[in-house]
Amino acid sequence: MATNEADHFDRLGRGLSALGAWIDERFPMTKLIKEHATEYYASKNFNIWYGFGVIATVVLVMQLVTGIFLTMNYKPSAEGAFASVEYIMRDVDWGWLIRYLHSTGASAFFIVVYLHMFRGLLYGSYKKPRELVWIIGMFIYLCLMAEAFFGYLLPWGNMSYWGAQVIVSLFGAIPVIGNGLSEWIRGDFYISDITLNRFFAFHVIAVPLALVGLVVVHIMALHEVGSNNPDGIDIHEHNGPDGKPIDGVAFHPYHTSKDLVIVVIFLIAFSAVVFFVPDMGGYFLEHANFEPANQLKTPEHIAPVWYFTPFYAMLRAVPNKLLGVVLMGSAVLLPFFLPWLDRCRVKSIRYRGAIYKLALAVFAVSFLSLGYLGMQPPTGAVVTLAQIFTLLYFAFFLSMPFYSRNEKTKPVPTRVTP
Amino acid sequence: MAESTGFTRRHFLTVATVVTGGAGVIATAVPFVSSFKPSARAQALGAPIEVDVSKLEVGALLKVEWRGHPIYILHRSDEMIASLKKDTGLLRDPESKDSEQPKYATNEHRSIKPAYLVLEGVCTHLGCAPMPRFEVAPADLGPQWPGGFLCPCHGSKFDLAGRVFAGVPAPTNLGVPPYRYINDNTILIGSDTGNS
Repeated sequence: MATNEADHFDRLGRGLSALGAWIDERFPMTKLIKEHATEYYASKNFNIWYGFGVIATVVLVMQLVTGIFLTMNYKPSAEGAFASVEYIMRDVDWGWLIRYLHSTGASAFFIVVYLHMFRGLLYGSYKKPRELVWIIGMFIYLCLMAEAFFGYLLPWGNMSYWGAQVIVSLFGAIPVIGNGLSEWIRGDFYISDITLNRFFAFHVIAVPLALVGLVVVHIMALHEVGSNNPDGIDIHEHNGPDGKPIDGVAFHPYHTSKDLVIVVIFLIAFSAVVFFVPDMGGYFLEHANFEPANQLKTPEHIAPVWYFTPFYAMLRAVPNKLLGVVLMGSAVLLPFFLPWLDRCRVKSIRYRGAIYKLALAVFAVSFLSLGYLGMQPPTGAVVTLAQIFTLLYFAFFLSMPFYSRNEKTKPVPTRVTP
Repeated sequence: MAESTGFTRRHFLTVATVVTGGAGVIATAVPFVSSFKPSARAQALGAPIEVDVSKLEVGALLKVEWRGHPIYILHRSDEMIASLKKDTGLLRDPESKDSEQPKYATNEHRSIKPAYLVLEGVCTHLGCAPMPRFEVAPADLGPQWPGGFLCPCHGSKFDLAGRVFAGVPAPTNLGVPPYRYINDNTILIGSDTGNS
């Protein structure tokens, strides 16, 4: 009996490998799995900072799935949008869960991506040979900002409306073509049904398509040059007799099983927010957005969702329309140039000089402070502080070529440390 | 015979094909880019509106919608009109030289009749609707505040004629839409030509 059972499994196994061989003759399935998982070697000393990439991927998939299900009931029109979101919340079975997963997912996406980017700053992940990985990542960040902005108009709440009004007006600051450009983006003389309809198109198809494509390219570029590690050294310089890096372990099953734990921990925290504080006290879903768009009344206290407030604080810090917009735009674009602004050869913060540690700390404090200031009403002290932190934000990038050139670094080990 | 440049018939055909194809791509892009402009329907929805101001009390603000924008009509009191002379030192463009308004509103009170101010409630910074703050010298706006409009988005300030203060993000005074009086109590917003 027992042998008979083993026989069955044996036959099933042979059938499966025959199927695998059949596919491999027609599609590089095994080759892809080997290249990107079972024979992709990444450093064995990854710490928690290396978990945010995989969490971001999980959140992306979640946003795609919940987003698709939201479109089944959402109506992209000025007449129907607000009511259809309420309909999803009240009348669609489990609609509230799908919507809260999506709205909380948006904030989670930015938290995770900001931490993922900060990891790059900590361990010099943007440096040669990973410049393109970083730049593609920055494009992903831009897409994410666009996606969040377009998506924010869709509920057609009052904050949606005026938020879109402000952001689209930013383009109006460009000399000569500005006003025409704003009109072209809106498709109307004000934020209207027409604008909502096209933002919907951007949010559900155009930007996600670009986003998914960029994520694939991001991972391909990463796997071409190999993952960095907390020591910022090249594990491929020390290979064992089998030609595989001694300090590396295969992505699958080693990193995947560790990542699974990270993802579970993330999902626990994420679920807690979704179930207990889905609006996060007005930070994830702003209170002014629970009333429908009103063209005649700007909410008394208007601020974008938290993930845009650092840049918003910079915009408000300058009492000049064009300059404010230029400053805000440059703040978003500056990180693109990091690989060339940083002249220090040492990658990891573990072996970099005190000056970079200080600069990075000041930068992190400035970014967080700007985020806080961007949520406050623009009164005297708030504006002054925002000006100081804006200056520090820019100083981090623009003075980097000078302070990083002759940095006193510590000796870098040849092998990874625990 | 001169030395060959290496430029062959094949090169020429490649360049010609790329240029022709490129022109085709650009030509194809035109309809797509144009489809983004305000449509004929969107352009047609800007008809003028009539507003009856006979019931608007002194010191009160009326908000109406025209072309999707808020239009503010303020019935100014004599003190409000008097304040326009005193606050010019605080303003960026007190004489409305760099701002956009019809000729008949290019004056100190920025209106046809001094008592009735007609303004676009669209901040010239980033398009929010400025809030009425008519009280004089409130705690949060300081002792010099003559009454006016405060933009909640980025803190731009305007006086009771919609003139912008110096040192705020908004570059110019609030716009004045084209308008005219049909009779003493009725304002037509959106058009300033034709018989009254």
